[in-house]
Amino acid sequence: MASLIACPHCGPRPKEEFTVRGDAGITRPAPDAGEDAWHAYVYLRDNPRGRHKEHWHHTSGCRRWLVVERDTMTHTIHAVSDASAEGATA
Amino acid sequence: MTSYRLSRGGRIDRAKPLDFTFDGKPMQGFAGDTLASALLANGRQLVGRSFKYHRPRGILTAGAAEPNALVTIGEGGRTEANTRATLVELYSGLTAKSQNRWPSVDFDLGAINSLLSPFLGAGFYYKTFMWPAAFWEKVYEPIIRKAAGLGRATYEPDPDSYEKCWAHCDLLVIGAGPAGLAAALTAGRAGARVILADEGFEPGGSLLSETAPVSGKSASDLLAQTLAELADMPNVRIFSRTTVFGWYDGNVFGAVESVQKNTATIDPNRPVERIWRIAAKQAILASGAEERPLVFGGNDIPGVMMAGAMRSYLNRQAIAPGKSTVIFTNDASGYAAAADLEAAGLDVAAIVDSRPDAARTWSGKARILPGAVVVDAKGGRSLKGVTVLNNGRTETIAADALGMAGGWSPIIHLACHRGAKPVWSDAKAAFLAPQAQEGLTVVGAAASIGSIEACLADGAGKAASTLLALGFSKASAAFAEKADTTIVSKPLWRVHGSKGKAFVDYQNDVHLKDLGLAVSEGYGHVELAKRYTTNGMATDQGKLSNINAIGILAEARKVSPADVGTTTFRPFYTPLSFGALTGASKGKHFQPVRKSPLHDWARKNGAVFVETGLWYRSSWFPKAGETTWRESVDREVLNVRKNAGICDVSTLGKIEIFGRDAAEFLNRVYCNAFLKLPIGKARYGLMLREDGMIYDDGTTSRLGETHFFMTTTTAYAAGVMNHLEFCAQALWPDLDVQFASSTDQWAQIAVAGPKSRTILQTLVDEDISDAAFPFLSAKEVSLCGGMLTGRLFRISFSGELAYELAVPAGYGEAIADAIMDAGKPHGICPYGVEALGVMRIEKGHVTHSEINGTVIPSDLGFAKMVSTTKPDFIGKAMLSREGLMAEDRLSLVGVKPLDPATTFKTGSHILSEGAVPSLENDHGYVSSSCYSPNLGSTIGLALVKHGPKRHGEHVTVWNDLKNEYTKAVLCSPVFFDPENGKLHG
Repeated sequence: MASLIACPHCGPRPKEEFTVRGDAGITRPAPDAGEDAWHAYVYLRDNPRGRHKEHWHHTSGCRRWLVVERDTMTHTIHAVSDASAEGATA
Repeated sequence: MTSYRLSRGGRIDRAKPLDFTFDGKPMQGFAGDTLASALLANGRQLVGRSFKYHRPRGILTAGAAEPNALVTIGEGGRTEANTRATLVELYSGLTAKSQNRWPSVDFDLGAINSLLSPFLGAGFYYKTFMWPAAFWEKVYEPIIRKAAGLGRATYEPDPDSYEKCWAHCDLLVIGAGPAGLAAALTAGRAGARVILADEGFEPGGSLLSETAPVSGKSASDLLAQTLAELADMPNVRIFSRTTVFGWYDGNVFGAVESVQKNTATIDPNRPVERIWRIAAKQAILASGAEERPLVFGGNDIPGVMMAGAMRSYLNRQAIAPGKSTVIFTNDASGYAAAADLEAAGLDVAAIVDSRPDAARTWSGKARILPGAVVVDAKGGRSLKGVTVLNNGRTETIAADALGMAGGWSPIIHLACHRGAKPVWSDAKAAFLAPQAQEGLTVVGAAASIGSIEACLADGAGKAASTLLALGFSKASAAFAEKADTTIVSKPLWRVHGSKGKAFVDYQNDVHLKDLGLAVSEGYGHVELAKRYTTNGMATDQGKLSNINAIGILAEARKVSPADVGTTTFRPFYTPLSFGALTGASKGKHFQPVRKSPLHDWARKNGAVFVETGLWYRSSWFPKAGETTWRESVDREVLNVRKNAGICDVSTLGKIEIFGRDAAEFLNRVYCNAFLKLPIGKARYGLMLREDGMIYDDGTTSRLGETHFFMTTTTAYAAGVMNHLEFCAQALWPDLDVQFASSTDQWAQIAVAGPKSRTILQTLVDEDISDAAFPFLSAKEVSLCGGMLTGRLFRISFSGELAYELAVPAGYGEAIADAIMDAGKPHGICPYGVEALGVMRIEKGHVTHSEINGTVIPSDLGFAKMVSTTKPDFIGKAMLSREGLMAEDRLSLVGVKPLDPATTFKTGSHILSEGAVPSLENDHGYVSSSCYSPNLGSTIGLALVKHGPKRHGEHVTVWNDLKNEYTKAVLCSPVFFDPENGKLHG
């Protein structure tokens, strides 16, 4: 994993300040979306080789949730944005 | 004859003698010595015994790759084993000891292993100690561990301190040899922020031992001028004694700086070592090159040394390697060493050059033997002479020193730390760094450039183009272009016809035959050969040996070194001390300590504290005469139920929630309704995970239309905060809601018991009668005649009439004292978390013992709390899953022994009465238990299949750890005051 993450609010900061949550590419289904959609949302995760969007929390910084797009193979970080700016994932 | 100090010359300061000891023997060196050079100056060539065969070993190199001269430095808690004498800066009072020898390095009984060597070849562990299996752990391994191995670590604590810090720069230059200095000078002049790091105590690299003129100046003048110019630049920082040990993602480099490893008088206010994390926009790798040893019989006898090291010791520390030196070379380096030895008036007996077309330009006295090789070195604890095979004729030459020059391998470890593999070059006869990696440029000898002038030009040129790309438009190379005209010879991987052991890996005692054996037994792949023979392992990680091993494997397999490939380069480049890696995170600084604002109040009231996470919570408050914790806890419980008690609950997580949509937000994160919670009221809330399981619980109060105050459990305070932020920012960014953790801002005090109201009313200005302040009231109140404002909550975990009073943290102790004073006539006592736990079990209140990640609201009797009308909340969708509706889910129930004289423990399993323990008969488990002084019996909460339907059923409580079976009865989880009369009293 990258040594530094460029927080859009705080600038490049050491990765130890952040906490990873997981796949940011999934969207929380509507309450009545059905069992399959909810099962997929809660339990199923891809483990891609290459570009991957994840939720990271700047826990020891501005405490904003971020969407970090990184390459799981090269560890390059392609983009970091505030999760709220990504549009609601609800 | 052995090595000795010349009467003049070198860069040492003869006016500053330094006393040290080796194996207890007093010796003297000078400022500017390494421990290795000082040992050589004292005639001490034999400094250690080899790993496996206990062969006598001497100093081989003058740098980081040293495989032999590993010594133990320091005493007591400062003992540092396996330290390379070649990198230890000599200081007054240094104590060094040799390793892996008994009784002494000169006379070592372990050397008998050499006689056993036919049995100690590659893979001998696997082959020899196969049978009987039971012998491995008890007999073989202890013996092998005693006989083999390196230095021993101390058991005493390290008295010194270490630290970690960050550094930032435009350009990091790794290595302060010619190429690195040229790069730093170029960057410094361009105005870039530069860090120049070098592992040595004196920057300069090969310039420190160069005798030939460089760019028309002496090497030492050039070095002095360059360092002086760099020292005057405020934008350039020079980190001496600093090894850059790793290249990490984001162009962050790890480096370790030796701050006080060069003194016996350590300032306790400064660290001895410092780890740097260096964030560099660009980096220049100028780590130089490593000279290759030559593989021939007896190439490990003390007195055999790398030619470059010989030259370094001669020119830097005025060390004569011996009386008469033979040079065995495949490269120009051997001639440079020979020339310097002769210039110092020393005898060079012969230059044995394996190349038939060798050096016709030699003008020194020594005779040259072209096309000849040293097949065997002779001697025991020191070199006596060499046997040379010269075009079919064997000749013996007497010598007490032998310099090996097998060509140079670029030091490219760092360039390969992020996964790239080195690339073999036939033209350079070396593995080179992979091309063009973002952020790192390899220069100078590390890029296989031979001459110093070409290295200066390369470092300056590549630094200039790197800086131009960074936007430093003024950047221009500090040294003019200069082509590298060095001729690279075909490598000589091994000498044929040796009688003695020809070592490839000195540190691991791997010799030529071991590698042959690995190939013939099918372990010829470089990664397999490494594991089979141990070549390239241990502290030097094959810095000297790997390249020869690869060459030898390639020859044996009749392929190119490119096909053999290399093993993987990983950080760290050189070993790091655990102290440096630990930094300040040790002892009481290992993790932070969290103390409640009421910590001092609890302490002066005699609290016994318990660590819960980072917190220290008051556990119980023993009184004089109480000899067991149970006595104190029983008294506290009984007193709270009879009179009143005061308890510190400040560790609960506290979150202020603001915003127009705060109520809507809470409605979505709790499974029960919060939208219509009136101002001035508290409500118990259950927070679920998205999979339907309960995540956390607590009370949330509405203090205003747009202001809520949430409490969480102590353990989940941080997790709940993160969760709320995720929900607000990522799931529902359209909601207007903000959070602030205020856990540390409030001292929160529970006052419980029938007399709690009377006591509190003396402090609270407002009327708190049941009519004015009923159960679940939550309001800001004025205290002590308007001196202070606090928050008062009428909530109860104990089941008693109870309040929680929150005051600003700094007033906590004063308010707690005031409550104690007011309560004295009413018999108030402080109580701790143990008594709190007993009272909550008596009332059937759950904690994370029950909310253990496997339970849903209905499992705990909270089914009616779950809203059926809310359109959505976290966990709603998954809560209707089939498995979560199952009838036989483990559900909350009380349990108590039939005979109050018997007891059971938390974690015990519930079986049908008299049933044998089995998976089928397992009906659940006890999640919490305690002794209830009110009931005079052990009581417990349990999660049991069909639990609520089984009240009154006799069961067996089974504890497999103690093989205990307790007859018990299932009952309501509310053991005490089920009508809640006391709560509403």
